[in-house]
Amino acid sequence: MPPAGERIVAWAERKLPSLTRMRQREPLPILLHRRRIYIVPTAFGLGFAVLLAVMLIGALNYANNAALMLTCLLGAATAGSMLVAFRTLNGVSVGGLRAGTARAGEAIRVSLDIAASQRERMAIRLDVADGEHAVVVTPGAPSAIEFALPTDFRGWLSLPRMRIHTSWPLGMFRAWSWLNPDNPVLVYPRPEPLGPTPFEPEGDADRGRPRAGDELAALRDYRPGDPRRQIAWKLSARHHGLLVKDLEQPAPKEDWRLDWDSMHGLDDESRISRLARWVDEAKDSGRRWSLRLPDGYFDIAQGDEHYHRCMTALALRP
Amino acid sequence: MTRFRLSLTRAPVDEPLLAPRPFDLLCLTMASVLVVHALHLPWWLTLTLAVVLAARWRQRSTGGRQAPFWIKLPLIGLLLAVVIAYYGTLFGREPGSAFAVGLLVLKMLESEHRRDARVAMAFACFGLMSALLFDQNLMATFIVALGLVPAVATLRAIEKVDPAALPLRRDLLPVLITLLAAVPLAAFAFVFVPRLSTPLWGAPTADKSVTGLSDRMAPGEMAEVLTDDTPAMRVTFEGEPPMNASRYFRAYTMTNFDGESWSPSYDVGTRQPSLLEGTPRFTYEISLEPTRQRVLPLMDMPVAAPGDARLRSDRTAVADRRIDEVYRYQASATTDYRLDTTLDPRQRRQALQLPNGIGPQAHELAASWADHYGNDHLAIARAALAMFHDGGFRYTLAPAPLGRDRIDDFLFHTREGYCEHFSSTFTFLMRAAGIPARVVTGYQGGYWNKLGSYLLVRHADAHAWSEVWLEGRGWVRFDPTGAVRPERVSLGAAAAAATGSGSEGGFFDFAWLHDARDRWDVVNQWWNQAVNGFDALRQEGMLQPFGIRRAEVGDLAIILAVGCALLVAVALGWAMFQRREGDALDACMRRLERKLARAGVTRRTGEGPRHFFARAARSLPAERNGLERLSQLYLWSRYAFDEPPPESLSEFRQRVKELKVRRVVK
Repeated sequence: MPPAGERIVAWAERKLPSLTRMRQREPLPILLHRRRIYIVPTAFGLGFAVLLAVMLIGALNYANNAALMLTCLLGAATAGSMLVAFRTLNGVSVGGLRAGTARAGEAIRVSLDIAASQRERMAIRLDVADGEHAVVVTPGAPSAIEFALPTDFRGWLSLPRMRIHTSWPLGMFRAWSWLNPDNPVLVYPRPEPLGPTPFEPEGDADRGRPRAGDELAALRDYRPGDPRRQIAWKLSARHHGLLVKDLEQPAPKEDWRLDWDSMHGLDDESRISRLARWVDEAKDSGRRWSLRLPDGYFDIAQGDEHYHRCMTALALRP
Repeated sequence: MTRFRLSLTRAPVDEPLLAPRPFDLLCLTMASVLVVHALHLPWWLTLTLAVVLAARWRQRSTGGRQAPFWIKLPLIGLLLAVVIAYYGTLFGREPGSAFAVGLLVLKMLESEHRRDARVAMAFACFGLMSALLFDQNLMATFIVALGLVPAVATLRAIEKVDPAALPLRRDLLPVLITLLAAVPLAAFAFVFVPRLSTPLWGAPTADKSVTGLSDRMAPGEMAEVLTDDTPAMRVTFEGEPPMNASRYFRAYTMTNFDGESWSPSYDVGTRQPSLLEGTPRFTYEISLEPTRQRVLPLMDMPVAAPGDARLRSDRTAVADRRIDEVYRYQASATTDYRLDTTLDPRQRRQALQLPNGIGPQAHELAASWADHYGNDHLAIARAALAMFHDGGFRYTLAPAPLGRDRIDDFLFHTREGYCEHFSSTFTFLMRAAGIPARVVTGYQGGYWNKLGSYLLVRHADAHAWSEVWLEGRGWVRFDPTGAVRPERVSLGAAAAAATGSGSEGGFFDFAWLHDARDRWDVVNQWWNQAVNGFDALRQEGMLQPFGIRRAEVGDLAIILAVGCALLVAVALGWAMFQRREGDALDACMRRLERKLARAGVTRRTGEGPRHFFARAARSLPAERNGLERLSQLYLWSRYAFDEPPPESLSEFRQRVKELKVRRVVK
């Protein structure tokens, strides 16, 4: 590119950020100001302008000053609505990004806060992936816009280019600004649909057979020989016979020690999706698990926090 | 008149449906279109359209959807048929607007989506404006302007995110404010939009005659005019106004009589104006309401024709074009005059012409006078006046209808009537007695508006009198109505009729009502002069105080563009202005920051106050003490309380003011 062209682009970049922001991302929060708000008449606005022109010419031709005066009034109100449209966006800040969790292939819920000070902003609209969202922003109380983004791959998903716009108050002018936030949201890897468990079940004859323990499994009728302390006295009082609490010990679940290197002959993506499935299963079945990756180790633990750490690490595998 | 087609194509499916509130407002807009057009639409059409509108509103607010095309299409056809059947055509001001209003209401049947509502609302604006083609007085304009409020509110409600059921005024009031805010720009544009001196295409034809004087007069047909209280013209005098009894404004003279009606002589416009001897006494300016005729009423006896008009042989004036808007002209009059001291034979023949077989008894009466007084024409005229005065004649605006022979029937049977009857019969009698005479119609009297110092002449002041030609004296005015009821000449038609029928004063004589009417008429007068009368000619002369003798279209366009740009710039300043965040303490702090920045200590992004003050004190050793105190004050005011206490705030402000900083050269 010749230097002159570069200079022009640089100048445009500096002066008209919202037109060229498609090439450059910016961090949230984004404050809308006059250099990045653009206004054009809508199709209806153009049509109405033609109508006003017809009325103007008619009034002039028939020397009808009353009609001319009201035409001028309508025209001035229309022109004023352009400024109101600008004022609706001027000083609005877009920030407060929150995202839910989603595995690749699912839609991820994202919420953005639109805030404004000083005055109420009627009818701010945001065009994002799945359509148009409209909010009213009152000063001091940010309004959240929630939308869902489709996901394909694990890892950081950058927000798409969005357009914030309004045609308030009369729908004759549309003021808009492009938003291209720098803040990505995280998408977890997609677990493989089917596959082996991490470890073959060990040949334990007792496996699956309930053992007496502390946890209540069921209530049943009394059979002679049941220990007296297992009778549910309070419940039995409401029935015709004695009821006995059946107690059993849950089968202890062994901890899973998940290891990147335990799988042979698989490529990285397959390993990631298998590990993701295992982590999912471990969490769902209430096991404790540890995860060893080539560049990190998550010690044996359970719970949501551990799950998110592991999934994040998997999602961000190169 | 524009015409538009109802779109039979469906809006796209994803186009959002119209919420109830915008729909209500749209219905309100249509209702106001109906109201502003109600005066000239046939009443049954207005009523039917109102019913259709109300039914549609009801239907949709109970969950109904758009009417199917087999309802819409026949309705449109019916509307078309009805308009053509009633008016005979679809073109022209009245049928056009009737059809347009009908289409607008029918458009509501299919208005389900935002786009429909926008289109309907835009054309409703057009419909509202077109009502001003019929009447552009202050009241009509105001009502149409009010009609714009729901129209704009509709657009606003469409844009709302959640058009919840707020009270209706919450939707209408902001629009009123919006429109008021637009007034300065609108007024400026109104004054400077270059007017057309000649229309681009034809002016609208008057489909309906305006009440007022006409160039024919038949006794008993003027009653409509005499009860019409709307202003006909307003007269401002230079100097003293004339006495009520000499406020005669002539419009037509009627020489031809066919037994029923009087009409002007066929050659009145072709002959030279008759000779007048006399000196001007009154100079006045008349602002004439539209008459859709060319004749200009002038005060008796006009000395010369106004600018754009010419005098006819009977000293009435016709303008060069039809008076379709308020028209202003100046003229002067004399009350002491001799008109046409010689009468040529043709004129004399015309002024003596009488139809055969009409009024045999009147002829006998006139012949008896002629026998009695011989050649003393003045005495004969006086005898006739005396007969009207003493012969049991009664002044009333609702006389008994006259039979076949209008003259004899009136003179010898009914003996009641108003100016037309008296002047017509008087003129007849004079001619029968061999005296040249003619009927003059115009206005007499008027109402003196003290507030505005002008004479308001209403249509009700229309009057007819006679002129009799006397040897050596010329045409002399005789007012037989004045002989019957002198109040008519000194008070006015309605007052004369009221006292004649015996009712006293009545509700309409309250002083405050007169006062209110005065004021209202002054406002109307102002509106007519300042707004409706602001034409190309006055616009040209508008800039004379600024040294521009004739403002050309180019000048006006430049002023318009520059002025609008300035006003828009002011509005833009308002739009760009953003109040800075924070309270009074923040404002003081910003001031301090600016001061210190001038001295070379600029607060960095994210730099805390304590650190900033310390850095400033290091850079400006001379102000160390002051800055340390400021720092204390700031931290104290900001962090020790929820709100900065007033005393420490005022001290902080004072110290910021007093702080002297000089740039330190390092």
